[in-house]
Amino acid sequence: MVQFPENKIKKVQEIIARYPEGKQKSALIPVLHLAQEEFGWLSSETMDYVASLLKLEPIEVYEVATFYSMYNLKPVGRYMFEVCQTGPCMLRGSDNIIEYIGQKLGIKPGETTADGLFTLKTVECLGACGYAPMMQMGKFYREHLTKEKVDAIIDECRTKASTLN
Amino acid sequence: MSKKLLLEKAHVEGIRTYDVYRREGGYRSVEKALKTMSPDQITEEVKKSGLRGRGGAGFPTGLKWSFLAKPAGVPRYLVCNSDESEPGTFKDRYLMEFIPHLLVEGLIVSSFALGSNRTFIYIRGEYAWIVDILEQAIEEAKANGWLGKNILGSGFDCEIYVQRGAGAYICGEETALIESLEGKRGNPRIKPPFPAVKGVWDSPTVVNNVETIAAVVPIINIGAEEYLKIGVGKSTGTKLISACGNINKPGVYEIDMTISVEEFIYSDEYCGGIPNGKKLKACIPGGSSVPILPTNLLLKTAKGETRYMNYESLSDGGFATGSMMGSGGFIVFDEDQCVVRHTLTLARFYRHESCGQCSPCREGTGWMEKILKNIEYGKGKMSDIDLLWDIQRKIEGNTICPLGDAAAWPVAAAIRHFRDEFEWHVNNPDECQKRNYGLAHYADPRPLAVPA
Repeated sequence: MVQFPENKIKKVQEIIARYPEGKQKSALIPVLHLAQEEFGWLSSETMDYVASLLKLEPIEVYEVATFYSMYNLKPVGRYMFEVCQTGPCMLRGSDNIIEYIGQKLGIKPGETTADGLFTLKTVECLGACGYAPMMQMGKFYREHLTKEKVDAIIDECRTKASTLN
Repeated sequence: MSKKLLLEKAHVEGIRTYDVYRREGGYRSVEKALKTMSPDQITEEVKKSGLRGRGGAGFPTGLKWSFLAKPAGVPRYLVCNSDESEPGTFKDRYLMEFIPHLLVEGLIVSSFALGSNRTFIYIRGEYAWIVDILEQAIEEAKANGWLGKNILGSGFDCEIYVQRGAGAYICGEETALIESLEGKRGNPRIKPPFPAVKGVWDSPTVVNNVETIAAVVPIINIGAEEYLKIGVGKSTGTKLISACGNINKPGVYEIDMTISVEEFIYSDEYCGGIPNGKKLKACIPGGSSVPILPTNLLLKTAKGETRYMNYESLSDGGFATGSMMGSGGFIVFDEDQCVVRHTLTLARFYRHESCGQCSPCREGTGWMEKILKNIEYGKGKMSDIDLLWDIQRKIEGNTICPLGDAAAWPVAAAIRHFRDEFEWHVNNPDECQKRNYGLAHYADPRPLAVPA
């Protein structure tokens, strides 16, 4: 059963309190972020759970979850490389970086490695054009990417994963 | 050296923290505004300063504030638009990340002016770590009495909350942002009613960009009259420019809008020229939506005059031979870059970001991407170029929100100024896979328009 831990329930209440009485639907986008943080992706059970927390119809949650690009509607790897491919990054060689990551991990954009560790995704402008090429990994940006930096990031993830397992 | 009003202290060590920010003169504008000015006086001051919205549209901020409806007993809201997503633009991020208290300070003064007791910062979801930085700054401000109940004994209450988006360029459009803040899809609303009358939760709302709100701080501190003196004409004060692409020193620069485009690109104080001795081919001076200009029209207007980094000069010549200041996202192309390929990435961007409400935008952006893809990969026909032109014409002006225009303009300008590069792709389908068209004649001096 999908269920937030106590601290997250508290956080949801805090978020709802930011809005005027009866406007708890405004909490939907932040609460979906909390859900994705907790469960990794948004299954229909998770979305139904969020609907019940905010007293919304499930459809109100589905239509929002499918609109915004940051919500994962299927499982993703433990580390997601979201590489920007829009113009300013392209001018600084993002195409080569995407190709390099793909070769190195043996996957195409949109795919996840068989071990479930890495997902490669191409995304549109992340507002880091001056530090291109770049990607988002979890909460943070990795900028001024080179092949060497990509190698180091992949190693870093593998090391981290092996200590977690 | 340009005068700096926003980023002057951005490099002071520890400026992110309240103590250092306060020591450096922070929150003085709140003291001045709440203790010595009325809300209407602040609005008047902002009006007088000539401040124009820094998000891209350049609408006079004071005028926008004066439109806010004030029915008795109805709450009013200020929402800060931190959904910075226009390709080429990363100035708001810089400001929020390095000097977050400046935004908080500006928000308190602006909230007081507008009567907003509950103010929201709507920030793009990807800037996740900046949410922590802002919430920390808000908490510090509150702990020191700048937020909460009866601030400085003025009787004014204010809370600021940070709301994260979840990945949608369209939420930078103010009515889409409001929808998103209400927990819905980011579908822009039909105007009127304007947010100033009916905004978030049907209450009167002002939505302002981060840099706009930050600029309120120096306006109050030095006064509108002093602020006006910086800059030129209707381009008053300073502007943050995010410079990127093929330049030696990409980054965020605060300029006073009196410097020339040429100086901005080549001076060591700013972009520091083009790397590897390459030549300048083209530039998009105000974020991806504004027209791209070839070097010869970028550095000089069609009349042969020097082009400057301000609202009027960048748009000199209209869309025929000029561009726009837009959001200040300054994208530089060296001679090796392919304008067709770059335009393709922008078309893909706008297709991806179209909310899908209006057919011309939903369908048109997809068609433009497909056609551009064909041309870029050597499968285009000569008639495709005219078809592209035709599609962009039919999107522009035919949609609820400006995303349609924003998608149409880059394609239009690329064809207008680089048509021969598109034709070269069509005529040389194999060669265009191996090399780019290059600089061609794009930096050659243009014959001056003969007066009629």
